[in-house]
Amino acid sequence: MNASSDVGYHAQRQARWHYGEAAFWLVVLACGFLFPTRYLIMTDILRLALFAMSLDLILGYAGIVSLGHAAFFGVGAYAAGLLALHGIINEPVLALIAAGLAAMVLGFATSFLVIRGVDLTRLMVTLGIALLLEALAERFSNITGGTDGLQGIEMQPILGEIPFDMFGKAGFFYSLAVLFVLFLLARRIVHSPFGLSLRAIKNNPLRAAAIGIPVNRRLIAICTLAAFYAGIAGALFTQTTAIASLDVFAFDRSADLMLVLVIGGTGYLYGGLVGAVIFRILQEVFSTITPQYWQFWIGLVLVVIVLVGRKRLHRWVLYVPNLIIKQVVGRKAAVAVPESDA
Amino acid sequence: MTSILTNLFDGVAYGMLLFVLACGLAVTLGLMNFVNLAHGAFAMAGGYVCMVLVNRMGWPFFAALPLAFVSAAAIGIVLERLLYRHLYARSHLDQVLFTIGLTFMSVAAVDYIQGSSRVFINLPAALQGQFDVFGVGIGRYRLMIIVICGLLTIGLQMVLAKTRFGSRLRAAVDDPRAASGLGINVPQVFAFTFAFGCGLAGLGGALSAEILGLDPYFPLKFMIYFLIVVTVGGSSSITGPFLASLLLGIGDVAGKYYVPKMGPFVIYTMMIVILIWRPNGLFGRTAAR
Repeated sequence: MNASSDVGYHAQRQARWHYGEAAFWLVVLACGFLFPTRYLIMTDILRLALFAMSLDLILGYAGIVSLGHAAFFGVGAYAAGLLALHGIINEPVLALIAAGLAAMVLGFATSFLVIRGVDLTRLMVTLGIALLLEALAERFSNITGGTDGLQGIEMQPILGEIPFDMFGKAGFFYSLAVLFVLFLLARRIVHSPFGLSLRAIKNNPLRAAAIGIPVNRRLIAICTLAAFYAGIAGALFTQTTAIASLDVFAFDRSADLMLVLVIGGTGYLYGGLVGAVIFRILQEVFSTITPQYWQFWIGLVLVVIVLVGRKRLHRWVLYVPNLIIKQVVGRKAAVAVPESDA
Repeated sequence: MTSILTNLFDGVAYGMLLFVLACGLAVTLGLMNFVNLAHGAFAMAGGYVCMVLVNRMGWPFFAALPLAFVSAAAIGIVLERLLYRHLYARSHLDQVLFTIGLTFMSVAAVDYIQGSSRVFINLPAALQGQFDVFGVGIGRYRLMIIVICGLLTIGLQMVLAKTRFGSRLRAAVDDPRAASGLGINVPQVFAFTFAFGCGLAGLGGALSAEILGLDPYFPLKFMIYFLIVVTVGGSSSITGPFLASLLLGIGDVAGKYYVPKMGPFVIYTMMIVILIWRPNGLFGRTAAR
């Protein structure tokens, strides 16, 4: 077997659906039926998961550290809010796509700034863009509602059929459907040759360029796509909560997002989903212990994760499942440690 | 005309303050290539120490300032030896996560100990009010800041340029490997510089309570300012961040005065434009290696 077919073989094997993945999504779907009183928090988790998946696309696959991902989330949120408030696009699914596209345009425009320079410059530029947008939203308060936010948004029924109910049931299944569709798309993309080239860029941009990968164009493409995802997450936020306020751009949102992804692990798409669940549970636990100071414990979790080391942590977490698989199936562990991070 | 001069004066005071706050960060970034987003936490620590000493224990303001420096430096050296030094070789992502975590912890901890409202330091009467020089309003407090920060800057420049420690530090910034090959104890130089930078931040925090406002969210609110100073100014010399601080201070004050509606818009735009134009900073050779 020559080298290139070998690479292709491994890539295809990785791209195949595993039983574990199907089980994961079944469990998520089952949650919708098992906990009918918890729709609001579960919708929240789904939104966060989608948002984290968006960051995973650029951080886990392309290795771009962004501190201002909330910018795209915010643009999506406000776009969806304004579209619904002024009755421009009433149908939620169409509005969702329109909001995603709005964020995508911003993502495309800013990607040219992001691909310039090194890590630190990227951090600064992404952070700067988010702060700039927050300042803009505050400045044009006649459009955005300023610190009060957009109020009185009334969502029309989804596809003209299913109305949003006050328990958030429709919102939950709607979010789940959106998340799943976008997940399928992301999964297809990261396992395509395009996705593989992104990983090559992340590992070593210079070598990637030397084997003929157009580094800058690929980075622009993935930034644009990630912005689209973040925009959709923001639009979902507005549509399911019927509110959009200035805090969609807040730095805390971007920082929390990093934590979500770090808890879940980057570079295998499920990191955001798993991380979102754990993060929300942690947040709930901490805010019941110390309502005002939960941020302290979140910070502590971050510090501990970094000091212990993310790789080591993931190995510990996967130790027991791998042991069980080894015993039961009798072959080498199937649940692998996610790829090393940026 | 006089309003321009007054603004210029305020801008210079503001810029000098930013320089004292941020120059420690420039060294951390330049010497160890370490992204320390928690730098503002040290400034906040110094500010709160000064506040407690002056307001609660009745110390004179000028006696409390050195203590703000010492306490922030002490916290700095403890954290450096315990935590930071394990992370120098790690990726930028790890460093960012770690320091964001520290920032969150410091915000919540100060909120817990001192409450979430803004605090003020009782100033001696000699520092309050302003006087006119040819019609230009000069605030006494701001004048004092310019004097203190100006002296500090000159002192720092002298230490860097003339002393043995300064040349070691410069050698270590230029090329840590070659420097350690020549027998310079780079980690020790770094630990000392880190503590000194934290101390300066603490002093800056104490001085800035009057102008920037001191509350538990200080490290988050001003993080971007410190980073702007360092990224725009570069970290290869002390003059780069100094000029960047002045530019930022004057730009911010002028922006808030002449186009108040645009708010912080002016600086962010300025920063993004400068970073696109020169990704390694205006004066920097290597903002990050």
